[in-house]
Amino acid sequence: MTKEEVIHLAKLARIELSNTELENFTKEMSAILTYVSSIKEMVGDEVISAPTVGDRFNVFRPDVVTNEPDSTTKEILSEMPQTEGRYLVVKKILQSE
Amino acid sequence: MFTIKSLREQFLAKKTTPLQVVEEALAKIKKEDGEIHAFLDVYEDAKELAKQATADYDEGRGSDLPLLGIPLAIKNNILIKGRRATGASKILENYIATYDATVISRLKKAGAIFIGATNMDEFAMGGSTENSAFGVTKNPLDTKRVPGGSSGGSAGAVAMGVVPAAIGTDTGGSIRQPASFCGLVGFKPTYGAVSRYGLMAMGSSLDQAGPLTNCVADAELIHNVIAGVDTMDATTITSDTYPEPKIKEAYTFGVPKNFLTEGLDEDVKKAFFAHIELLKTLGHTVVDVDLPLFEKGLAAYYIVVQAEISSNLARYDGMRYGLSMPGTDLISVYQKTRATGFGPEVKRRILLGTYVLSSGYYDAYYGKAQQVRGMMRKELKEIFKIVDFILTPTAPTPAFKIGEQEDPLAMYKQDIFTVPVNLTGVPALTFPMGKVIRDSVSLPVGVQYIASHGCDSQLFAIGKKVYDDQL
Repeated sequence: MTKEEVIHLAKLARIELSNTELENFTKEMSAILTYVSSIKEMVGDEVISAPTVGDRFNVFRPDVVTNEPDSTTKEILSEMPQTEGRYLVVKKILQSE
Repeated sequence: MFTIKSLREQFLAKKTTPLQVVEEALAKIKKEDGEIHAFLDVYEDAKELAKQATADYDEGRGSDLPLLGIPLAIKNNILIKGRRATGASKILENYIATYDATVISRLKKAGAIFIGATNMDEFAMGGSTENSAFGVTKNPLDTKRVPGGSSGGSAGAVAMGVVPAAIGTDTGGSIRQPASFCGLVGFKPTYGAVSRYGLMAMGSSLDQAGPLTNCVADAELIHNVIAGVDTMDATTITSDTYPEPKIKEAYTFGVPKNFLTEGLDEDVKKAFFAHIELLKTLGHTVVDVDLPLFEKGLAAYYIVVQAEISSNLARYDGMRYGLSMPGTDLISVYQKTRATGFGPEVKRRILLGTYVLSSGYYDAYYGKAQQVRGMMRKELKEIFKIVDFILTPTAPTPAFKIGEQEDPLAMYKQDIFTVPVNLTGVPALTFPMGKVIRDSVSLPVGVQYIASHGCDSQLFAIGKKVYDDQL
């Protein structure tokens, strides 16, 4: 793992890194990746049917409203960093040329 | 011994009241938690609920609710409506939960009283509580040492004697390892036995909530309250997902001998072999088993968990809730918020997860790890045809000193015995198997019993016989 790779990952993960963090993470992540790479020797290339997490599949429930309207709206709105009335304020996404 | 069972008996016999017990708990926190720091928040208004519970006992309404008036501590990654839910992270420092987790609503319905939120490693990532953004929790048995983690605050709260039980979460050992370090019983249920609705997601395919207690019977009691199908979590299992386990007089235990090598403390090993002898004396059979994949689970775990972390923690972006740092454009708001809000271990794991999921590496890491996971399940299935339980130490060492484990990889290796359980989704119980002496302090070490999917009740049955009955 190189510094450039860590910078790229940080960009993908939307985390700004300090120089010290960059130094440390590059070193530590290399060690961890070397360790977890032992996984490659544990399995061949043969395809094994997709492993599953639990033993339940296709669990459905009726698509109905379960909450009273507005029952938690106030609480959720009050957690937002910036609001305008009942709207969440965010930065502009599309930049004008 | 401070147990739910004994409190219940005293409440029903009018020897003490919920109000008295809750007041004592709050007083104990005031007196001792400045040093230990098991709690992030203390709920002084618990007294009001305790008054109500006291009145309920007085008027004979106590017998129907299994936890009426019982004080509990809750790990701070479990949402309680109207309370701060921080996940021990700066990014959620001022976040107030807008709903109850299913675990919480079920405990409330059973009459439990929450007296506080407990400290943890940030977003449950760690094995020592040192990764909390709000400072480490000290082990009440030796304050120079960690209580384990990530549910270290929950373990500390029970070990201090503030509460008879606390709720933790376990993604790779986060209930069991602190239980081992603090001399407690800890239980990680079968994946899907307990709803994850309202738990801050870390590794969604691994996370389960469970109890830390002083005896197996209490762990069973709490588990039975919080477990069960939940429409809010489609992975919850039903009573017929797995066959009903057989409760027997004598069981067969499998010991993966080859697994008891790397990094295992000599004294822990001695205590473990003494436990094997105890099981034989009690009439059980102990055989050697070979679990080559199970033994290598750690590598697979630290790929799968980082991948799930990087996906799950994408939600903390400074937009809808939590910390939000100003920036010139949208992306800089994200970047600055996450840079300021997350601690080093969380960042490290998100980056690693991003790496193993990125194009070109996905098949080599995540794909392989998922394959190994499937193979591990198969391997276990075969072994459980021969044995009822697999037996390992819970952690390779007793509680280590605060600041002693600086290398992240060395810290990950603490989880060697616990992570295969989460990867395969089976249940596991830990309880103290003995003590080891360090710096002339006697420290507890735990043993882990692993059972097949859905055999949670079998673990409680054997645990009560081997542990509770000897107390």
